[in-house]
Amino acid sequence: MLRGMLSGGAIAVALPLFDCLLNTNGTAYAATNKSLPTRFGTWFWGCGMDPQIFVPTTVGAEFDLPEQLAALKNVKQHLNVFTNFRVLTDGSPNLCHYTGWVGLRCGAAPSARGELPEQSLDYTIADTIGAGTRFRQLNFAATGNPRHSYSFKNADAISLPETSAIDVYRKIFGPDFQDPNSPTFTPDPRTMVRKSVLSGVLEQGKALNKELGTADRARLDQHFTAIRELESRLELQLQKPPPAPQCVIPASPPPEIPVGIDSMLVAERHNAMTDLLVMALVCNQTRVFNMVYSDSASNVTRRGFAKTHHAATHEEPLDPKLGYQIENAWFVGEAMKCFAYFLESLAKQPEGDGSLLDHMLVYAHSDQEVAKVHSLNGIPMLTAGGANGLLKTGIHIDGAGEPGTRLGYTLQRVLGVPITDWGYKSLRTSLEIGEILA
Amino acid sequence: MSGIPKWSAAIGSWRALSLSIAGAISLIVFAVSFVSFGRGEPVTRGAPEQMRLLSQSQYLQIIEDIFGEDIARSATVRFAPVKRTDGLVAVGAATAVVTPGSLEPLEYSARQIANNVLNEEHRAFFVPCAPAAVNVRDDVCAREYLSKVGGLLYRRPLTPAELKLLVEIAGRSVGTAGDFYFGLASSVSGMLVSPQFLYIQENLEHDPDRADSWRLDGYSKASRLSFFLWNSAPDNMLLHAAESGDLHSPAGLGQQVERMITSHRVESSLRAFFDDMLILESFDTMAKDPVIYPAFTLKVVSDAREQSLRIIVDHLLSRDGDYRDLFVTRRTFLSRGLGMIYQLPVQGDSDGWTAYEFPEASPRAGLLMQAGFLSQYSHPGRSSPTKRGRGLRETILCQVVPDPPGNVDIATFEDASAKTARDRLSVHSTDPTCAGCHRLTDRIGIALENFDGAGQFRLTENGERIDPHSELDGIEFADANGLGQAVRDNPALTSCLVDRLYSYAVGRRIERNEVKWVAYLEDRFAKGGYRIRDLLRIIANSEAFYRTTRGDSDPQLLATTNL
Repeated sequence: MLRGMLSGGAIAVALPLFDCLLNTNGTAYAATNKSLPTRFGTWFWGCGMDPQIFVPTTVGAEFDLPEQLAALKNVKQHLNVFTNFRVLTDGSPNLCHYTGWVGLRCGAAPSARGELPEQSLDYTIADTIGAGTRFRQLNFAATGNPRHSYSFKNADAISLPETSAIDVYRKIFGPDFQDPNSPTFTPDPRTMVRKSVLSGVLEQGKALNKELGTADRARLDQHFTAIRELESRLELQLQKPPPAPQCVIPASPPPEIPVGIDSMLVAERHNAMTDLLVMALVCNQTRVFNMVYSDSASNVTRRGFAKTHHAATHEEPLDPKLGYQIENAWFVGEAMKCFAYFLESLAKQPEGDGSLLDHMLVYAHSDQEVAKVHSLNGIPMLTAGGANGLLKTGIHIDGAGEPGTRLGYTLQRVLGVPITDWGYKSLRTSLEIGEILA
Repeated sequence: MSGIPKWSAAIGSWRALSLSIAGAISLIVFAVSFVSFGRGEPVTRGAPEQMRLLSQSQYLQIIEDIFGEDIARSATVRFAPVKRTDGLVAVGAATAVVTPGSLEPLEYSARQIANNVLNEEHRAFFVPCAPAAVNVRDDVCAREYLSKVGGLLYRRPLTPAELKLLVEIAGRSVGTAGDFYFGLASSVSGMLVSPQFLYIQENLEHDPDRADSWRLDGYSKASRLSFFLWNSAPDNMLLHAAESGDLHSPAGLGQQVERMITSHRVESSLRAFFDDMLILESFDTMAKDPVIYPAFTLKVVSDAREQSLRIIVDHLLSRDGDYRDLFVTRRTFLSRGLGMIYQLPVQGDSDGWTAYEFPEASPRAGLLMQAGFLSQYSHPGRSSPTKRGRGLRETILCQVVPDPPGNVDIATFEDASAKTARDRLSVHSTDPTCAGCHRLTDRIGIALENFDGAGQFRLTENGERIDPHSELDGIEFADANGLGQAVRDNPALTSCLVDRLYSYAVGRRIERNEVKWVAYLEDRFAKGGYRIRDLLRIIANSEAFYRTTRGDSDPQLLATTNL
């Protein structure tokens, strides 16, 4: 079934099995490696890029990697680069460092800061592929700031990111972790009790519902949904986990990384979280994640340099010879180095007949094109991973000014989200980016 | 009904004792105090009943009040950030939602707390009865314990159905683990993730004094009062006042308000309020560049936050000072780390802090010239007049500074030869697109340029003498002390505090029908010499604070709801 909105009313259209996974050649399904699940994740960095040294000069396959993307050379074959796509505001103000990422994440341009018109696509995708694992999704903020999250159900329900690698370790590989490769399995009676307690909370809450207004009842329903979801995940823990041959429990927690947004600290935190995420994925702990390298309006700093990344984008003059801001370019380059570490970690992790990255779909983007002028035209986006053979990789796509939501729509379709269109007003689209479909 | 917890025997006896003494004293105070209830205050209609998510600090305060400081301190509690609405997270809490991702850490901390409370070290202190055997269920003892702790956590007596279910959970869990106390812990952890605990849910009842009208029931009134004055759940005495109906009478309410407002626990509420209003959560993730500001260590970051709160509490509560003088006071508190920033030798008391008074000739005075404000509204590697100006306007004067336009290329105005912030920012005033907003912010910040991004005093920037003269809303001054005086005298300062405090108290934005009421509050605040304890008292004793209309909940169900 596909569900969509037509003139405000819900419609449902029956589709043949996996129709949404088929490309025009009908080869995608055949190519799917069904034995391993497809995972999805986002990777975010703030303050955009410098087009002169970011945008490849050629489109299609065999594209070049300009200076700002050079760090990604080892994973180029797994990458797609999307340039010249736009986030359109339909008359709403261009809210600096806000409109761009909101539009790409949820398909709608906000009319005011703080507004999040729809849920972010990772939420939708988690609804489709996120069942059957211990965590619906894992969220990380390499900045260490819990407010740096771009995953949301709505403006009042923003995903809580992990901000410390040690906490990530404890959360995933702490006492509640069950080794999928353990020869023996005994259900933990305490897990049964936890589940029973949550059932009791649900039972007790029934009376509350009667006393509330509509909005609060909806909030209470979300609370109970959260409890039911936790309950069902505890149920999973009462069953022997499927084997995960590549799962190796990290021997010890990572070292403590002090608070701070110095680029070295951010990279250290990001890389430690990445290492744990890789193992969380191959150990079947989650299928959906969000990694934030830097906040929108990146406040990352460079040791000994007085300006933040964001301040540099606004205060640093263009280099007359190079035509871009040198310090700003340095910050973007550091972000891309971390993105390279991230992708290389996924690519070198063996899984099935290939790598973990082969069974993944990573969606990376920023909040602006050129942060200096808060441009939304040409907002940079990348994908990595073949999504179990459903996506072609190694392609540079020139969007020719099309809405950037086409990529978000394509990714959701590829991952089996039952939609026939996505987005609102000028960001609404029902057009996939066919060039990347396998 | 299971009745109000009688909590003084074993559980929390230390607290009950201190509260009894405080209560006796407050009765005497109350006998001679002025009760403002209903006297000349503008009539309001209020707003519909609310369901507010507890804040992390409220959660921890409740755990501390019920189970003790060591249990609270050993708990790992992580709430998802709540949207700041109208300047306050406390207002955003009225629409905040618990998601699967945010429930996970709450369930973890619930188990952690419950297990600590019921472990071998603590159980004898907290559980007022002994089970027949430790490895079998004992419903009588479980009921006795859970009714008490449940009443405090839910801030009202448990319904028979709730208590029955909790006893059953405890009993079933004993069967699984063979441990009576594990069973109790299971029920406590369940309560800690339940909406009854995590949400401050207000309930209405028919108002017998006003036909066809509704009012908060006694327990909802008790919670509103307690979270306002103590940043925590009601204690036994307040719950008893709710149960007996005393809170619905001006005298009964006034007695409780006086007891609470003279308690040391008001400090936690004042800290929580200013932490929210001044966005002090930003210190949780703040760090300065260690090359540029080597003295501003992570310890200094936390000290800077604590320093601001100590100054506020000392001035407003301990000294009952005029709120406006917070911006010119020469009294402060220093730790050794802050001493490095202030270039003052600090020995520190047993807790590492020492009171200090800046001399008359000092360039520092008031909250704006402390390390907290100065570092909070700076970059990690330098000061920012724009951030400081915006911070002052938005958080302390409640004014809105518009976002910058999206398409302005500021770098085109950059003058590479400019040595001071004044020179760098002067270009903003030459461009009409920038000038409007930057006039609101930069002129304030320029006055604070004698303090660098870490709050350290300096006379020069890049070798050039800093000129701090500036103006605020037409009032000119020569330096930062002049700015402090101008802020002190700015009428927006006190109206902002009243607006924010009242919004914080009711957990929502101020309604149109409350405009006159808020103006009345401002007037009373002024006539009382801007003493915050008086303002707390006026609000807590008022009818407006509790006035609630019925929202769109089902009136029939509401009328038949039986707690």
